[in-house]
Amino acid sequence: MLYINCPHCGLRSQNEFAYGGDATVKRPELNKEISDQEWDNFVYLRKSPRGKHLELWHHISGCRQWIKVERDTSTHEIFKTYKANEAIE
Amino acid sequence: MSQDFRLDNVGMVNREKKISFKFNGKKYFGFEGDTIASALIANGVHLVGRSFKYHRPRGFFGVGVDEPYAILQLDRNNERDPNIRATEQEIFEGLEVKSVNCWPSVNFDIGAINNFLKMFFPAGFYYKTFMWPPSFWYKIYEPFIRMAAGFGEASIKHDKERYEHKYEYCDLLITGSGPSGLASAYAAAKNGARVILAEDKPRFGGSLLTSDVNIGNQTGVEWTEKIIAELKSMPNVTVKNRSQVFGYYDHNMLVMSERISDHLPKTQKYLPKQRLWYIRANEVLISSGSIERPLVFGNNDTPGVMLSSAAKEYMKVYGVLVGKKPLIFTNNDSGYETAIEFKKNGVNPIILDTRSNPSSDIITEAKNLNIEIRFSYVVVAAKGYKKVKSADIAKISDDKKELFNIENIECDCICVSGFWTPSIHLASQSGNKSKFNEKIDAFVPDKSKQKENTIGSANGIFTLEETIKDAFDKGFDVSNKITEKNNKVSVPTVVEKKSTDHDKFWCVPLPKGKSYKRFLDFQNDVAVSDIELALREGFRSIEHVKRYTTLGMATDQGKTSNLNGLQLVSDIENKVVPQVGHTTFRPPYTPVSIGAIVGREVGKHSKPTRKSPMHSWHEKNNAVFVDAGVWLRPRYYKQGNEGLFEASKREAKNVRQNVGVCDVTTLGKIDVKGPDAAEFLNRVYTNAWLKLPVGKARYGVMLREDGIVMDDGTTTRISENHYHMTTTTAQAANVLSHLEYYLQLVWPELNVNVVSTTEQWAGAAIAGPNSRKLLMKLFPNLDVSNEGLPFMGYKEADLFGVPTKIYRISFSGELAYEINVESDNGYFMWKKIMEVGQEFQIQPYGTEALSTLRIEMGHVAGSELDGRTIPYDASLEGLVSKKKDFIGKRSLNRSAFTSTDREKLVGVVPIDKTTSIPEGSYIVKDPKAKLPNPKLGHVSASCWSVEYDNPFSLAIIKDGKNMIGQKLFAMSPLKNKIIPVEIVSSHYVDPEGKRVRS
Ligand SMILES: [Zn+2]
Repeated sequence: MLYINCPHCGLRSQNEFAYGGDATVKRPELNKEISDQEWDNFVYLRKSPRGKHLELWHHISGCRQWIKVERDTSTHEIFKTYKANEAIE
Repeated sequence: MSQDFRLDNVGMVNREKKISFKFNGKKYFGFEGDTIASALIANGVHLVGRSFKYHRPRGFFGVGVDEPYAILQLDRNNERDPNIRATEQEIFEGLEVKSVNCWPSVNFDIGAINNFLKMFFPAGFYYKTFMWPPSFWYKIYEPFIRMAAGFGEASIKHDKERYEHKYEYCDLLITGSGPSGLASAYAAAKNGARVILAEDKPRFGGSLLTSDVNIGNQTGVEWTEKIIAELKSMPNVTVKNRSQVFGYYDHNMLVMSERISDHLPKTQKYLPKQRLWYIRANEVLISSGSIERPLVFGNNDTPGVMLSSAAKEYMKVYGVLVGKKPLIFTNNDSGYETAIEFKKNGVNPIILDTRSNPSSDIITEAKNLNIEIRFSYVVVAAKGYKKVKSADIAKISDDKKELFNIENIECDCICVSGFWTPSIHLASQSGNKSKFNEKIDAFVPDKSKQKENTIGSANGIFTLEETIKDAFDKGFDVSNKITEKNNKVSVPTVVEKKSTDHDKFWCVPLPKGKSYKRFLDFQNDVAVSDIELALREGFRSIEHVKRYTTLGMATDQGKTSNLNGLQLVSDIENKVVPQVGHTTFRPPYTPVSIGAIVGREVGKHSKPTRKSPMHSWHEKNNAVFVDAGVWLRPRYYKQGNEGLFEASKREAKNVRQNVGVCDVTTLGKIDVKGPDAAEFLNRVYTNAWLKLPVGKARYGVMLREDGIVMDDGTTTRISENHYHMTTTTAQAANVLSHLEYYLQLVWPELNVNVVSTTEQWAGAAIAGPNSRKLLMKLFPNLDVSNEGLPFMGYKEADLFGVPTKIYRISFSGELAYEINVESDNGYFMWKKIMEVGQEFQIQPYGTEALSTLRIEMGHVAGSELDGRTIPYDASLEGLVSKKKDFIGKRSLNRSAFTSTDREKLVGVVPIDKTTSIPEGSYIVKDPKAKLPNPKLGHVSASCWSVEYDNPFSLAIIKDGKNMIGQKLFAMSPLKNKIIPVEIVSSHYVDPEGKRVRS
């Protein structure tokens, strides 16, 4: 079970969190004209990298904040965690 | 029966306390502190089971977790444990165990015929035999395999025992209390670290319990007792016996099962049977020791053949002789220690040593004790069926290929030692890639992967002096890293007998003309010939060989067999062991009971039951409940002999004719607050929200980004910056996460907060033509006229002094109001509604009547918004704004979503007006068309229309908007029904929506 350092609450066990997918995806702005391809990329296409990956976790049984977690998908090592709007290094 | 094999005044069992127990129905005696194995051996019993495949007789092979044979079924206090190891289970007064995997009895086993048919049971026999025809599988092959393979028989009763989970944090977890575990725990604890020391066995000390050594002028046992006593007295140390750390997971999370009551006749009050510990450790020292390897020779599975270290432990710990004419067969010095112990207890052993001319302190001691030793000698085959009676032994050539002078000597047990295999399971589970140590012919842990270090014999260190010194150092180093303290304790002096190198030889060749079975895996009956066959058939990867032959796949996970299997593969393949590699170790290290894994989360505790504040009223009034997510909701209120159909029809009819009340507390409720709340809702919902005035509600639909409908509900503007959102019962949690996602990550610039208020409010829906009259009586001071409180209006009022929120919204399609009070007042509200509603013929209605009412009206719910429909499909396209952008809007332009013949919501009525259409039926043009019949769509919800007194269904069918008036068929292959139907509008009742506005 992973041990995730919530930037708001501190180290907590994985079972307090829900996984939220790729954190590098950016939603297209509202009211912006975009192609079908661009929209499809946003809705459906996700990379599934082996190694370092920035992902979203939702601390549902804690502070209810969405956080960003930089994790190695093959070793599960967690390098750093960020608040939702913190700049990513 | 007397204990003929019990020694006087030797061992650690409590001679003061005699304990009686039953094995296969027969009564035996042992002492407190005995295991089933030690007590049975004391009584001369060695036959305890039958093997897995050939049903050969099985005895005892080990003395602990490595035991591959002695798996028994235990009945204790009316509960059953199907697969306990006799070498671990302690006896208690009244214990009853029986053999498994034999029928009709352990002495006469019909399955043993397999032993004579063994040419038909080669490697991979499951794959080869039980292949064709497929139809034979579940009728013939599977029951046969199950019967033959049956270990214990699991109980089908509910397990009444209590199991607990515990979460613990520590600086240092140490897994095993042998010399390295004790030394490191002591050093770390003295340096201020919070330490947990876990020991699998009842007694602490590991190898110190049986080895003839001296630490700091004390015997191993004395030193153990001193260290344990001191550790127990320290507040920063937790010491646990009967506790097996069986799994090493990510981020230094380890799981340990503690057997608290298994050794007692009955679980004590307030104590669990077992406790599962989830331990998050800063650092881990793995001190799980090593397991002796067997030597391989003919019939080496005969009862009476066992590990030499086990024979020694039976003597020193339990005071039990495994035999009175022992043959010791060894390739290293360990066998000598066992022989010396026999000699000290007045038994004359014979040692067969595969080495030609070894010399060491121990060998000299054995010689001085006049023990008969034969060098360059091997056991060729054990003789005897249910117990060893003699052995064929032979001199072996220096190249270990030829056997000479084969002779038969009498013996009643054969104690084997093929050197030691470190228990690297936990290190390997942590991700540590092991490396092969040629000196000891075994794998040891390599570089640390997580924060783990392996010490003592688990790390391949076999001298006590080195073990103790290394463990003291590691204990100090690890604790120093955490506590930054420097309290170093001095390392005691160690006196031990020096031993010499072991012989790499481990597998005795077959004599000419003989075809003895030489077993590698004793639990799964895998013999040398099986591995040879698998390799001849082309299996090369050790993982494939394992699965094909089942080597190491039994419940003992090949603790005694893995390495010999690897040796054999590498010998045949002319490779070295590290090239062959080993199979993966996975948790659990030893079997864990399902009860311990589940813990307290059984029955109602497996998921919480949520009840509305009005629940007790529903109960008193004959409500029949239904699970709605985690909630219990009244499905209908039973009157007299009514069933579901009659009761729900009566309740729905009463809503249409008079007035009904429904508990809607379970609806999800979310408070949306902040200056940008209107803008936020405008982005979340498909329709427009910016102009909703204070005091008004609006129905809204929200989509996922892929354009699929996520949820629907009404949201009311309570004040300028405060909205009260409702969601469906099922989607409440998802919607909240969804809103938080957009507020925190996508549009952080919006000044809005959301919070769940589902539990804060109790809700009652009052519906029917009489509902306004009822409201006038409930709120005499409030203007509830159509002008004062119009459709989709909102008012705050007093219900006999209780603050109340009134929303004029309707799911039933009737004139209706939803009344909310704070949860604590819910029961009061409900009572008042029922009391005052009496004169208007009020009746409560459940979820079944609620469904009927909404289906008739063509209102969509979860069965239509099923995660596959866009607004158009559910006839919600009128709520999709063309002007503004919102979540999921861009997806609605995708070509599949704009095609003109998409599935759409319609109504379905059977032509005969009497046959109900099963939900899930297909709508087809021609029921006789060739299969698979092209389907137009499916029936999503069905009811008995109370308005028209005939069946009515909703369906989502292709090109639905152009199908109204068509005569089609509803087909349910499941219910074997074909029903001619007519497609009608989904708005079956009051299509203009007059009633809700009346
Ligand atoms: Zn948090």
